[in-house]
Amino acid sequence: MKTENQKAWFFVLPVLLLVAFNALVPIMTVVNYSVQETFGNNVFFWQGLDWFEQILRSDRFQAALGRQFLFTFLILIIEVPLGIIIALSMPRNGFWVPVCLVTMALPMLIPWNVVGAMWNIFTLPDIGLLGYLMNHTLGIPYDMTQNPFAAWVTIVTMDVWHWTSLVVLLSYAGLVSIPDAYYQAAKIDGASAWKVFRFIQLPKLKTVLTIAILLRFMDSFNIYTEPFVLTGGGPGNSTTLLSIDLVKIALGQFDLGPAAAMSLIYFAITLLVSWLFYTLMTKDDAQ
Amino acid sequence: MAKITLSNLRHSYMPNPKGPEDFALKEIDLDWQDGGAYALLGPSGCGKSTLLNIISGLLAPSEGRILFDGKDVTNLPPDQRNIAQVFQFPVIYDTMTVRENLAFPLRNRGVAEAKIAERVAEIAAMLEVEEMLDTRASHLSPDNKQKISMGRGLVRDDVNVVMFDEPLTVIDPHLKWKLRSKLKELHQRVRATMIYVTHDQTEALTFADQVVVMQDGEIVQIGTPVELFERPQHTFVGHFIGSPGMNVLPADEGQGGVTVEGHPITLEGKITGSGGAAQVGIRPEFVSLAKTGLPGRVRKVSDIGRHSVLEAKVGDTSIKAVIDGPVPAQGEAVHLAFRADQTRLYRDGWIATEVGA
Repeated sequence: MKTENQKAWFFVLPVLLLVAFNALVPIMTVVNYSVQETFGNNVFFWQGLDWFEQILRSDRFQAALGRQFLFTFLILIIEVPLGIIIALSMPRNGFWVPVCLVTMALPMLIPWNVVGAMWNIFTLPDIGLLGYLMNHTLGIPYDMTQNPFAAWVTIVTMDVWHWTSLVVLLSYAGLVSIPDAYYQAAKIDGASAWKVFRFIQLPKLKTVLTIAILLRFMDSFNIYTEPFVLTGGGPGNSTTLLSIDLVKIALGQFDLGPAAAMSLIYFAITLLVSWLFYTLMTKDDAQ
Repeated sequence: MAKITLSNLRHSYMPNPKGPEDFALKEIDLDWQDGGAYALLGPSGCGKSTLLNIISGLLAPSEGRILFDGKDVTNLPPDQRNIAQVFQFPVIYDTMTVRENLAFPLRNRGVAEAKIAERVAEIAAMLEVEEMLDTRASHLSPDNKQKISMGRGLVRDDVNVVMFDEPLTVIDPHLKWKLRSKLKELHQRVRATMIYVTHDQTEALTFADQVVVMQDGEIVQIGTPVELFERPQHTFVGHFIGSPGMNVLPADEGQGGVTVEGHPITLEGKITGSGGAAQVGIRPEFVSLAKTGLPGRVRKVSDIGRHSVLEAKVGDTSIKAVIDGPVPAQGEAVHLAFRADQTRLYRDGWIATEVGA
């Protein structure tokens, strides 16, 4: 006989309290702001869903959301294949393994605002290594403070530089866990290198890649620090991603109501995409 | 199908092997006859997997040659040797169906689709996996997965040899027996040369016509299961095969013959050679209780079902005997008799008596 009682609650309660104070309460404050208007002095007027409607209809939000999806799409389509290729070409054993691993991990260890500052200086047309090389040595005009395309190339390259390692390290961990027998069997079966990748390595990488893509999606979708330090959303609004726009509305214009509504929409989109992706990727295994 | 010849094969995992102790395989010379069912038996680390990987081409030997039907294949990669190998853990392609798994080695070699369908159907029937042909291979149970990896080995009708590297390790005990008899049956049907590597004597003895016993990178004896049981060439074989293993008793060689603990022993025949550490070997099955014989005291009796295993102490030497019927109690004084034609002398481990007339 299994005894059934309410004891479990006793153990779960501390976690519930912790989550309540660091997540639920702050979110409810935001919910509170998102449905009211205030002119200070703690006086609030009920607005209903007006702010949500206003945000969803605004060209500014739609443009920022479009840029956000474009950014995330670009970095995923570059970082995931690139990460897998690098992981595949890394040595499996010997002296170079720790060297490669540490080199790969280095970019991830640098504080995010430092990454932004580094790339800012790196790309300055007159004194930056890359900026000088492009403009003065190669004669290719490249100034991310003036040219939106150059700004996009820079933020995408910066993110690829910063975060491809995550995909590399996760894929590498997945690859080394494949037993040798699989490769030996494939050799005996006469499988080509592509078939080994397609039928052995890729299926075995599926779980780690799901995690890698999920992490990269959430991180890149919520990215703020690096592009803020690098371009500040400019030139014009060309690199104003959702989070940068949100901070502009909340802290620049101090429109707390619309900002609160926007952050809830933002949160809902992140959650929805992550959930959809995860469900689709794990659907097969559950059967 | 082919006859496989290993000639002066040596292998070391070290770049510059110095003494014989650096070699995982020491001097192997061996012929595997076409269509034979062989078992490669030995304790873990004796070099049997190394030997297997050299035959399949996954490993290049440090020295020596491998010939398939007289053709030197030492430097050919696995896919050009036309061999098949089944591994310890079932290797299947997770994302493919069972049918695609079985067809994979053929597709890679550009075999016509009609021929593939025919072969897959044939193999599936043989393995009795027809009803799961369209299931995803990842959803199968371990024993069925292992069946599929065997099937991938058998699907090519021109394989020179099919090798099994302890294929039943992850299979549940009650299914082991089933799969083992399936294998035996498959061998009789396809008549391919098969080499079965194992450290389990039951598996080796039930599967193979010829068993190759290895120890420390050397072949100690090649023979039929009966030969290995009845006339071990080396005390290691005697000890390793049989349950319990052969009694190996320290002996003294004197003018009047061979004695164990001072008691004279009658051997099967003439003693050959001289010198070296002498030991008398006799299987527990051929030791019986008698009125006369070696006097000893019963130390332990274990009932193992059909018969009992009695362990008696004669002086400082303990001797095991397999006894049918009533057994004496622990501590009782007994006399042990050896069947003369099954009693052999070993010198430094190697047999040193001839079969008597």
